[in-house]
Amino acid sequence: MTADTFHLVVVSAGASDPSSTKMLADRAAQRVTSLARERGHDVRVSVIEIRELLPELPQALSSQFMGPKFRAAIDTLVDADGIIAAAPVYKAGASAAFTGFLQVLDNDLLIGKPVILAATAGTARHALVVDEEMRSLFAYLRTLPVPTGLFAAPEDFSSTALTARISRAAQELVLLMESGFARAVRGDTWGAYQHEYGSAGGTELGIDLSSDLMRLATGGSHRADQG
Amino acid sequence: MQFGIMSVSDITRDPVNDYTPSEAERIRDLVRIAKKTEEVGLDVVAVGEHHNPPFFSSSPTTLLSSIAAQTETLTVTTSTTLITTNDPVRLAEEYAMLQHLSGGRMDLMLGRGNTAPVYPWFGQDIRQGLPLALEAYNLLHRLWREDVVDWEGSFRTPLQGFTSTPRPLDDVAPFVWHGSIRTPEIAEQAAYYGNGFFANHIFWPKEHTKRMVQFYRQRFEHYGHGTAKQAIVGLGGQTFIGKTSQEAKDRFRPYFDNAPVYGHGPSLEDFSSMTPLAVGSVQEVIDKIMTFREYVGDYQRQLFLIDHAGLPTDMVLEQLDLLGGEVVPVLRKELESRRDPEVASNPPSHADLVRAKYGDAEPRQPRPNANRGDNVTGASPYQDSEGAEAVYPTL
Repeated sequence: MTADTFHLVVVSAGASDPSSTKMLADRAAQRVTSLARERGHDVRVSVIEIRELLPELPQALSSQFMGPKFRAAIDTLVDADGIIAAAPVYKAGASAAFTGFLQVLDNDLLIGKPVILAATAGTARHALVVDEEMRSLFAYLRTLPVPTGLFAAPEDFSSTALTARISRAAQELVLLMESGFARAVRGDTWGAYQHEYGSAGGTELGIDLSSDLMRLATGGSHRADQG
Repeated sequence: MQFGIMSVSDITRDPVNDYTPSEAERIRDLVRIAKKTEEVGLDVVAVGEHHNPPFFSSSPTTLLSSIAAQTETLTVTTSTTLITTNDPVRLAEEYAMLQHLSGGRMDLMLGRGNTAPVYPWFGQDIRQGLPLALEAYNLLHRLWREDVVDWEGSFRTPLQGFTSTPRPLDDVAPFVWHGSIRTPEIAEQAAYYGNGFFANHIFWPKEHTKRMVQFYRQRFEHYGHGTAKQAIVGLGGQTFIGKTSQEAKDRFRPYFDNAPVYGHGPSLEDFSSMTPLAVGSVQEVIDKIMTFREYVGDYQRQLFLIDHAGLPTDMVLEQLDLLGGEVVPVLRKELESRRDPEVASNPPSHADLVRAKYGDAEPRQPRPNANRGDNVTGASPYQDSEGAEAVYPTL
């Protein structure tokens, strides 16, 4: 695999198979893949179907106890260069399965990664869920959602406007992946973010022995002025 | 190698008989369980500390001194003592007292406690839990080793010329374990002082335990207390033993399914495959426990959680018979035969610590100086303390 191979991870919370949510995510993934290939990059696509993780979600929510499928999903996300995150809208919000999955991930798992946000709903009245709800969740996770959010009500699936928006979002994602932003942030400035031992999906195993707390652990004071 | 039990002191409804024991019953029964632990040939009883229902163990030293008084060989300890919400001065005093009354058959394990509301009840803030724990132990460590302590920190009133009484038995501080699941600072503190490190090893996949123990071992060596493999490690664990694999699962399942913390979540089978929980026949339980040393190295203490989740006392006593009669003798033999000859079998006992400090000489027995009757200690509280004894004018 060359440095120019992008790992694109599709996270879909579609409830049925096939679901309109997954179909929207797939169209975005196809567009990202073809655009990236046109620009000389190879793309490897992984899909996380949250529906398949649901049996493990209650214990993950209640006690951070991750089952084997959850672990595999997390390992996939750690390695992602770009993400397409798609949710159905239920009761005026992104589905509980979708938000539940994201809420149990380590805060630092997705730092800096570019994301296309996508949602589907039964009517156009839910169009702002992407920008008002999902975008803030991904901001909390310190990801980089692309400027164009994707939303599709049933009538959008046959409109050329949706296709155009998908292309725009895909272009934005490819440019962000090309920029190497996520890799740079996770390399050079990783230490500037808050981590816990074993966070970032079990990959964050660095221990700073010169921290204030470590000084306190070894009999000193954690107030720098007192050595 | 030491084997024993650890209790969190929960008073949980028995989901099979729909019976909730009273506080009085559970307190009385834990003493029975402790005595039985000694009777079946195990070495250690540990009790947790909580300050809210449905738990009863708010005052561990009172309970442990009663247990020590009713046993001959058992080591009493804690799982854990809250180093955050307890004043380290009170811990120094209470556990030194327990050390005297138990004849040195005690140690203690420090933990932070994860029940957020407990912190404000004792004037603390859980967000400061880690610095609080680290600072409090630094003070506790000195209170047991220095007759007179001047101290100032962030979380407690400063001390000037303070002497914690009684001085530890034979003037040798009790052995301390630091318990943590994933906090390197706690492992670092254990390593820095050459204390023991204890991994809860119950709710979490073994990778957590493996990483923390490895880090602790490296740092133990770094601070010159011995080689990494000689660091002093204890593990928790949870077992339920049956005549057959199926019998164990059938009898334990209702308790597992309704247990506090992990109940109503993963299945017994999933939890068993992903955590150190061992439910099965004698041989299956032995086999699983034998795998622990493969990822933590040779270790010194293994504690089992068995009086938990509403298990009736009779069943707990029966589990102790199986543990002491059939499981632990095999584990002792097998683990000792595999043990690196340079690694101690047991954590340091009081006798070991006395020998390390004094060799063949007589241990120090502090005798206070007289004071003027104002009950305030002077600069040299003990007859053999360094510095001049205060001389008061004759009136």
